[in-house]
Amino acid sequence: MSEIITKATRESFGMALCDLAASNKDIVVLDADLAAATKTSIFRSKYPDRFINCGISECNMMGIAAGLASCGKIPFAASFAMFATGRAYEQIRNSIAYPALNVKIAGSHAGISTGEDGATHQCCEDIALMRTLPGMVVLNPADHFEMIEAVKASIAHNGPVYLRLGRLAIDSFNDPATYKFELGKGIQLHDGNDITVIASGLVVNEALKAVRELEAQGINARLINIHTIKPIDKEIIVKAAKETGHIVTVEEHNIIGGLGDAVCAVTSELCPVPVTKIGVNDQFGFSGPAKELLELFGLCKENIAKIVAGIVAK
Amino acid sequence: MDQNEKLALQKIACKTRMGAIIGTFHAKSGHPGGSLSSAEIFTYLYFKEMNVFPKDSKNPNRDRFVLSKGHCCPGLYAVLAQKGYFAFEELERLRHIGAILQGHPDMKGTPGIDMSTGSLGQGVSAACGMAKNAKMDGLDYRVYALCGDGECEEGQVWESAMFAAHHNLDNLCYIIDCNGLQIDGTVAEIGGIEPLDKKFEGFGFEVIKIDGHNFDEIEEAFKKAKQIKGKPTVIIAKTVKGKGVSFMEDKVDWHGVAPNKEQFETAMAELNAQMAALEGGNA
Repeated sequence: MSEIITKATRESFGMALCDLAASNKDIVVLDADLAAATKTSIFRSKYPDRFINCGISECNMMGIAAGLASCGKIPFAASFAMFATGRAYEQIRNSIAYPALNVKIAGSHAGISTGEDGATHQCCEDIALMRTLPGMVVLNPADHFEMIEAVKASIAHNGPVYLRLGRLAIDSFNDPATYKFELGKGIQLHDGNDITVIASGLVVNEALKAVRELEAQGINARLINIHTIKPIDKEIIVKAAKETGHIVTVEEHNIIGGLGDAVCAVTSELCPVPVTKIGVNDQFGFSGPAKELLELFGLCKENIAKIVAGIVAK
Repeated sequence: MDQNEKLALQKIACKTRMGAIIGTFHAKSGHPGGSLSSAEIFTYLYFKEMNVFPKDSKNPNRDRFVLSKGHCCPGLYAVLAQKGYFAFEELERLRHIGAILQGHPDMKGTPGIDMSTGSLGQGVSAACGMAKNAKMDGLDYRVYALCGDGECEEGQVWESAMFAAHHNLDNLCYIIDCNGLQIDGTVAEIGGIEPLDKKFEGFGFEVIKIDGHNFDEIEEAFKKAKQIKGKPTVIIAKTVKGKGVSFMEDKVDWHGVAPNKEQFETAMAELNAQMAALEGGNA
């Protein structure tokens, strides 16, 4: 195991974007007055001529990005997940997704781990919104190393991509020496046949800790990391459903429309098994320190382990 | 403008009106009113102003046109067909299943369409992106965006205007088709967009006001726009909605309603008479 890097995925994103821009002159970056927060500021400091601050006008920014993409650029348009996918949803739908333009939308400060800013800024609906758009790829990387590879993959993919970024610094768990990112493919992080946990984004590491603790208690839970929520890896989900018979999904998102629903869509059609969703239970967040909020919302290893153990015990 | 040239443009504009009537009649839907009010503007742009390549429609050095008021595409399609992007007969399949001519512009399916539009206020932002691209890469193409007067009620139009002026996009020209009518009534009673010229001036644009059906004034405006450096230009074009078909002129009812068979025949008879007069050289 390599050393643990503790970094917010927004920062990993900003660093990767800046590094990858050196070898790809088509990459341009747009922000809506949040460069310091989305970390596109890292790119801006090195490539000021390829950075466009659109000001506080997310809807216009998506249109600018669409126009640039129509001319061959690869624009990354960044804002908070709330404003990128919420306020500018229709611009993304009609000006980017419908013409299948090569725009990458980066939504930072996703989920309740945005923390003290509270409900108006804690977007738990972004994945649901972006999943419904035909042709939109939805990526939710779980740590520093996965984010770097996700940025690479989003550049390699010709078409619109939504990339979810977090504000909170989190520990890495992937080993860069062996880590392989494949768009649309889930990654099995832990083997087991008693039950399957499928997690995405910031909570994957908590789920990993939970299944390791469960193993010590004699419960063998399989853990799958889904970094690509759309297109989702049906094969790995169906295999898990067949071999373990019950799935628990974990996500820092409304349980409506997110990872849990995406998994249910696969299982209900191809291999019906019970699916238990751990996530934000169709409610708004509130102000508080990120880690405490995650615990209160049950997005911590203790709650994941408790729920999984309870299901296995039945 | 030379009289022969003007006559040629007037014929194209007349055929453009026929195309918009043919298209909406066969589609049994669509937007004739605004297509007719923009006929001279479409015509001048594609047959005089813009550097475009119908046989190489994606040429990176081409001038771009964005129909931000996307619903007026029957008129645009009629001009693109005359320019050679596709057959004029395609208009008879407007809005039909499998047709290349969608109800609102589709850049993926229709040759010559530079941006998919239809949701008001969005096309102008894309036009800004195209103009910014030229500035970033040192290219000399120009970008034109046609916007409705009712469309100016959309906040995004003004976000885009701020962007265009802030980024000194002098390669960008907005044209506002001021036909004065929107779906629910007159723009004056619903939107309160005036004073439009002062608003655009305040937003940092060069403002030119013209009669949007007069080719001499249209030409003068576009020539002037090219000379303006350091800021974008807006041409505020006063027009008549439904222009050229007497029973449609200045009638709000003809915003988004197709002519029935009898109305179609009456309209085509009027337009054919106008064409005959133009061909006789006595417009």
